[in-house]
Amino acid sequence: MARTFREAAIAGIGATEFSKASGRSELQLAAECSKAALDDAGIHPSDVDGMITFTIDNSDEIGLCRCLGVKDLAYTARIPGGGAAAVATIYQAMALVNAGLCNTVLVWRAMNERSQYRFGQPHTQNLGPQAGNGTGSLLWCMPFGAQTPATWESLAAQRYMQQYGVTNEDLGRVAVAQRKYAATNPAAWFYGKPITLEEHQSSKWIVEPILRLLDCCQESDGGVAIVITSLERAKDLRQKPVRIVGACQSIPYNVEVISNYYHADLSMMPEAEGTAKRLYAQTGMKPTDMQAAMIYDAFTPQVLKQMEGFGFCKRGEAKDFVKSGQIDIDGILPVNTHGGLIGEAYIHGMNSIAEGVRQVRGTAVNQVKKVERVLVSSGMAGAIFEKV
Amino acid sequence: MSTPNDPSAPAAPPKPIRLAPIVTLDAKFFWDGADKGEFLGEQCADCNKLRFPPRPMCPHCHSVKRNEVKLSGRGTVYTWIQPRHPAPFGFKEPPIVATIELEEGYRLVSNLYDIALEDVKQGMPVEVFFAPTMGNHQVPVFRPRAK
Repeated sequence: MARTFREAAIAGIGATEFSKASGRSELQLAAECSKAALDDAGIHPSDVDGMITFTIDNSDEIGLCRCLGVKDLAYTARIPGGGAAAVATIYQAMALVNAGLCNTVLVWRAMNERSQYRFGQPHTQNLGPQAGNGTGSLLWCMPFGAQTPATWESLAAQRYMQQYGVTNEDLGRVAVAQRKYAATNPAAWFYGKPITLEEHQSSKWIVEPILRLLDCCQESDGGVAIVITSLERAKDLRQKPVRIVGACQSIPYNVEVISNYYHADLSMMPEAEGTAKRLYAQTGMKPTDMQAAMIYDAFTPQVLKQMEGFGFCKRGEAKDFVKSGQIDIDGILPVNTHGGLIGEAYIHGMNSIAEGVRQVRGTAVNQVKKVERVLVSSGMAGAIFEKV
Repeated sequence: MSTPNDPSAPAAPPKPIRLAPIVTLDAKFFWDGADKGEFLGEQCADCNKLRFPPRPMCPHCHSVKRNEVKLSGRGTVYTWIQPRHPAPFGFKEPPIVATIELEEGYRLVSNLYDIALEDVKQGMPVEVFFAPTMGNHQVPVFRPRAK
């Protein structure tokens, strides 16, 4: 393959059903969603030559190759940082295509994260000092009872809420908006089940006084895969190509994924601001060039903080943006139009990337009018997708 | 909320159920100090800057020489929460978890005792003491102090 710069595009997306008990192995979920994404693109599975997933995905590359019949794999990589780096899979796939190292990069994430294990239950030993997860400082949390993602999130989110007068009710409006989208998305676990702000406010505290039950993403079983190839090739494939205009990551000094208490000011997200700065410099674009955004919503405060980090609102103003309906389908910036990880399913952010693709293709269930570009963010990595 | 080493407790107190710290080689000094009731920090032996979490190299001058220094044990509350559901492992009642800003200029995660959740204020002065864990270890925790 000639080592000349080639633009990258997303040619295929695929998913299993989203459930609480898949009834099959994670490798099977990985194989099924990968096959679906390759079928969507119209690429034979044996043609995959690059594979990328998360460090914490349990499916082995070779195992998945043996399912798909991949004939000659040129490159494999795993991304640390859990969901915060979900979009970094796209970033690396883009770079491989740009560099002429791979022709068909398969990104997958498959998990029985409800029936087999639960991220939301107390973690004690396992997550601590392991390298490659981006969470090395969690060992400084465990003996003190901060043992779940919700507690880790809350210890930082409170500073943001204090600084800008954000209340739990403000967080509730994010959940209500996303559950409204999920209610009209047949693929969503919460299809047909919108919530009111009153229901949010009467849901139990998970972490007092920050997060209630309805501020938290789901625990889900399922798999999502995405196929990246060159823009030139994608034009001849089955779907309308979605150009990856740019994608990048930013991990500023003293920032880490979730035990992230050591940088100067916890009321802001240096990783989101760093990613935004790099992404806009790389692409020459600005927030007003986007017609929708898919934002990693493990917990509701993340949506507000990332909207500000990516410059859609000034610091502290996201709560008012949400309150005035601007993330709804007819707002200035519809956000998480599939329902997000809160409303659709928690496939570690990858299902939100797929929704970004559908919005650009014009095939989303809750389709935003006149979409040219969508920003996808997982807090520490971001990408801009564009209609060709 | 009672202090874990409350002197008025019965003579044979129940065995601690709090998780023991996960000890890595680069942070062993911190936990060894805690076992002796000492609250220690890591300081570069060449440029004298403190750092946390502990690590084998100074990010400022790249020296690998380091000193253990006794910290004041004083700080202020930065953020605080109470995990309600699911119940954290190692506690009879959900503790208050807090990030504490130390007088020496960095933060760490710990617990707050001798105060109710609704009475905690940002910037509240606190001081260190030690709570027992499983396996006969101790971890530094905090309680309010006079300004």
